Amino acid sequence: MSTSTSPAEATSTPPEDSRHALKHSSKRFGDTLFKALSTGSGITILVILAAVAVFLVGLSVPALLADPEDLPYGEFWAYVLPFAFGTVWAAALAMLFAVPVSIGIALFLTHYAPRRVATTFGYIIDLLAAVPSVVFGLWGINTLAPLVRPLFIWLEANLGWIPLFAGPVSGTGRTVLTAALVLAVMVLPIITALCREVFLQTPRLHEEASLALGATRWEMIRQAVLPFGTPGIISACMLGLGRALGETMAVAMVLSPGETIHFKLLTSDNPNTIASNIALAFPEAYGLGVNQLIATGLVLFVITLVVNMGARWVISRRREFSGAN
Amino acid sequence: MKLRLTAALGLSAALLLSACAANEQPAEQETTAAEETAVAEETTSDDTTTDEGTADEAPAQVEGNLTGIGSSAMNVAQTNWIAGFQTANPGATVLYSPDGSGAGRDAFMGGGADFAGSDRAFKPEENVAGAFALCTPESIAYDLPVYISPIAVIFNVEGVSDLNLTPAVLAGIFAGDITNWNDPAIAELNEGATLPDLAITAVHRSDDSGTTENFTDYLNKAAGDVWTNEADGEWPIEGGEAAKGTSGVVAAVTNGVGTIGYADASQAGDLSVALVGNEGEFFGPTAADAAAAVEASPVEEGREEHDLALEIDRNAPGYPIVLVAYAMACADYADDEKAALVKSYLSYIAGPEGQEVAAEGAGSAPLSEKLGSQVLAAIDAIS
Amino acid sequence: MSTTTRSRESKLSLTAGQLPRFTWLALLVLAYAVTAGVLAVGSVMSLGAVVVIGSLLFLVAIFALSSAVEGRRKAVDRLFRYVFVGFFLLALAPLVSLVWQVVSKGMERFDLQYFTYSMRNVIGEGGGASHAIAGTLIVTGIATLISVPIGLLTAIFLQEYGGQGRLASSIRFFVDVMTGIPSIVAGLFAYTIFSALFGAGTRNGFSGAIALCILMIPTVVRSTEEMLRLVPNELREASYALGVPKFRTILKVVLPTSIAGIITGAVLAVARIIGETAPLLVTAGLNPSLNTNPFDTQMSTLPVFVYYQYVTPGIPQEPFYDRAWAGALTLILIVMGLNLFGRLLAWRFAPKPGR
Repeated sequence: MSTSTSPAEATSTPPEDSRHALKHSSKRFGDTLFKALSTGSGITILVILAAVAVFLVGLSVPALLADPEDLPYGEFWAYVLPFAFGTVWAAALAMLFAVPVSIGIALFLTHYAPRRVATTFGYIIDLLAAVPSVVFGLWGINTLAPLVRPLFIWLEANLGWIPLFAGPVSGTGRTVLTAALVLAVMVLPIITALCREVFLQTPRLHEEASLALGATRWEMIRQAVLPFGTPGIISACMLGLGRALGETMAVAMVLSPGETIHFKLLTSDNPNTIASNIALAFPEAYGLGVNQLIATGLVLFVITLVVNMGARWVISRRREFSGAN
Repeated sequence: MKLRLTAALGLSAALLLSACAANEQPAEQETTAAEETAVAEETTSDDTTTDEGTADEAPAQVEGNLTGIGSSAMNVAQTNWIAGFQTANPGATVLYSPDGSGAGRDAFMGGGADFAGSDRAFKPEENVAGAFALCTPESIAYDLPVYISPIAVIFNVEGVSDLNLTPAVLAGIFAGDITNWNDPAIAELNEGATLPDLAITAVHRSDDSGTTENFTDYLNKAAGDVWTNEADGEWPIEGGEAAKGTSGVVAAVTNGVGTIGYADASQAGDLSVALVGNEGEFFGPTAADAAAAVEASPVEEGREEHDLALEIDRNAPGYPIVLVAYAMACADYADDEKAALVKSYLSYIAGPEGQEVAAEGAGSAPLSEKLGSQVLAAIDAIS
Repeated sequence: MSTTTRSRESKLSLTAGQLPRFTWLALLVLAYAVTAGVLAVGSVMSLGAVVVIGSLLFLVAIFALSSAVEGRRKAVDRLFRYVFVGFFLLALAPLVSLVWQVVSKGMERFDLQYFTYSMRNVIGEGGGASHAIAGTLIVTGIATLISVPIGLLTAIFLQEYGGQGRLASSIRFFVDVMTGIPSIVAGLFAYTIFSALFGAGTRNGFSGAIALCILMIPTVVRSTEEMLRLVPNELREASYALGVPKFRTILKVVLPTSIAGIITGAVLAVARIIGETAPLLVTAGLNPSLNTNPFDTQMSTLPVFVYYQYVTPGIPQEPFYDRAWAGALTLILIVMGLNLFGRLLAWRFAPKPGR
């Protein structure tokens, strides 16, 4: 495709034969150095993560070992369970909205839209990633919540027999569904942008082969683009999920939280998320309360760990696409 | 040539930074000059040489840096105080971080802050000699009430702009016993008002806050048979609508239907405010009524002379739904220069000028004369 | 797909009819009109309902029509095309609403004073955010300078050296885990470390940058690795065959081929952290004066500035809200600029693609 520059340069550099031996060793040296650098970076990341883990565990232990009587927020597991549930629930709802839409947009931008339109709008969608979470929060409270409230009332009135839509409907519309919608809008640009890059890398020949065999555009996407991009799509989703699980400020502002576990989407008593709860309680926490809140952070960390292990497992069951042969 | 790409990558990163610098740096230098002439009256030419807000060369009464951490409820007042104080003392810089009362108290104990701001005083068992890193080992900390803020009961019901409530009805609404706006208990107090048949959505704070603690304390003390929960910074009742921070509650009440909530009176904005009181006498969250209620509240027993932790009388005449926030300082600082700076700053904020500034900028109720002189005497005793 | 249908359809495809070009438009208008009519009769008329139900009706109608005229495969193709366009428009709605809100409210204070003044000694009206803008650029800049090299090199290690080895697998796994660190925990971590190393309550721009690095590195690694993975192996092999050492192959062949994606990833990572509020609240803190030294005292950043202007406004509230919105607008413009710059770089350094 486009590699003509590099080999030419590589062969043009050695001017004299006498330098050949030296050149060879410098090649070696360069290789070793580069490998050491990149390996070192990888290890640095492990060290940072280990430090974060040590920090989390170290500060959590006092709360985990303390007598439940002394804990300012009560027994630890009873305290954290609703939040753990809320975290997973809100993130799952958000992903449910965001993933299909993101993939659809990415496909639209790469395979349907005229090129000029695609560049412009791709750029605009990227901008969503730049909006600070506080602004998402404000938008959620002031614009989205009043907007979806009539829909909630309608859902409750007509589909109230489904436990998901059971009432009573929140008076302000700031429910877990609204929070999940805000989260979906927040993760959408991340997933879209990465999927778009992945789809653009689909080998041209695969696509053309598919079209040449008489496939419609959608069939071409299904046969060439999606299989090629699956690991990339999953990676993109994991990045988005990471953000959805850990998002703090927007959820804290939009959600009307409680300490309950239920699947009702429309009431004002919603399961809070761990990150949001930390943001809400931390400023006034002191003594063991601080440890207890950090321990909930540790639980979130573990949740992320488990979710990621699950995703890894899913990916590993598929053949890895590398280098697209 | 060989490393063109890495160089390019590095360059791009460098450009990223230098572009920022190129955009910002010259502008910043003008800024300081412009900013200082425009805002601070007593700008000196020294500032241009230091190019920084932290100008410490200017001769003044006090100079140096002071850090405080604490209550976010007090943030606006602190911003106003700092501006006033720094204008009078161009050599001084005060930083106040509104991280929260708990964070402020912890930081003050650990030595991370020169003074703390808190929505509640230190408990007697917390306030013991040796617990404070910046104080001398024998010194306790002084709790100084410097900020009194009435908490307004705000509501949003179409067609209703005035509302009278007794503590018992208020507690009933927030406890979830009274669920409709046309409840007879409310109607009885508001003859002539047309109360709609509309569900009440009571909005409380979702974050742990001094406002909630004072509000629940009020409900507990003034309507104990309806509201049985003790004062708590976290809303003690399950369920109900919750929102983050004063601004969150105000937004939720504004955007909702049939909502009622509680928030710092200064932030009520255009929302209707309920009057609260017993025996047909209803008071609003005005500075005068709030200060009157605080005036009637005694200092907690068993405290040292200058440790002014108030025990707010929630049944006092006037408007006793108030938040009293404290500034906390060492009785005896290990560092004398720091002590001088803290004293100077605290005397300014507790003095008439500081209280006036806060009332104007943050909507607080100025300290009464008696309490004010007590606080100033305590500040005087700091060494 | 069974052979019988295929042969039937392929026979049809030459002779099968094709819908006229603007059938979809007519059908769409019709669907909306019908929905609006039906809803109006049922007197539950609302714009949202018309759009949602009308769109669904349109999808069903076009699918049925196309199936009948053009055949099933074409119909499915059409269906997905319109669904994707619909998704795209759906995503634009919140975007437009958000941007409109930010721009309309932010323009109020988007003036010269905003960019030349700080908040030192400002109460009520006036003042500006130069200190916060500088703080954001410095803190994000440091975070980027640390994160991008580490992330890029790690991704190279994972893709080019590590393969499926144990170290590479564990790094890959833990990078994923790292994406899940809640931002506030990253902030607390940096705050605790700096307090332990440099005395209680140490807060400065650098500690903020460290907190942001923790959030940024995994994003960079993840996106970069994904891009490197997509570089065709033929290119690498061709380079090796010519005797080019591995590191030069990476620098000269692999990176240039994927540079556009890498830069997009890096810009996204910056965008992801530049608006972070929670970690900067606890680390970089709040300082109404301009502070350009990341190792000195506290340093305001735009998100923190916006947050406190909005959350604790004084009286009157408007100037505080106006400053907050102008700050949000500034932040978006900064990222826009960054994005453009990234695209420029990608365009400049990427080999011209074949498409």
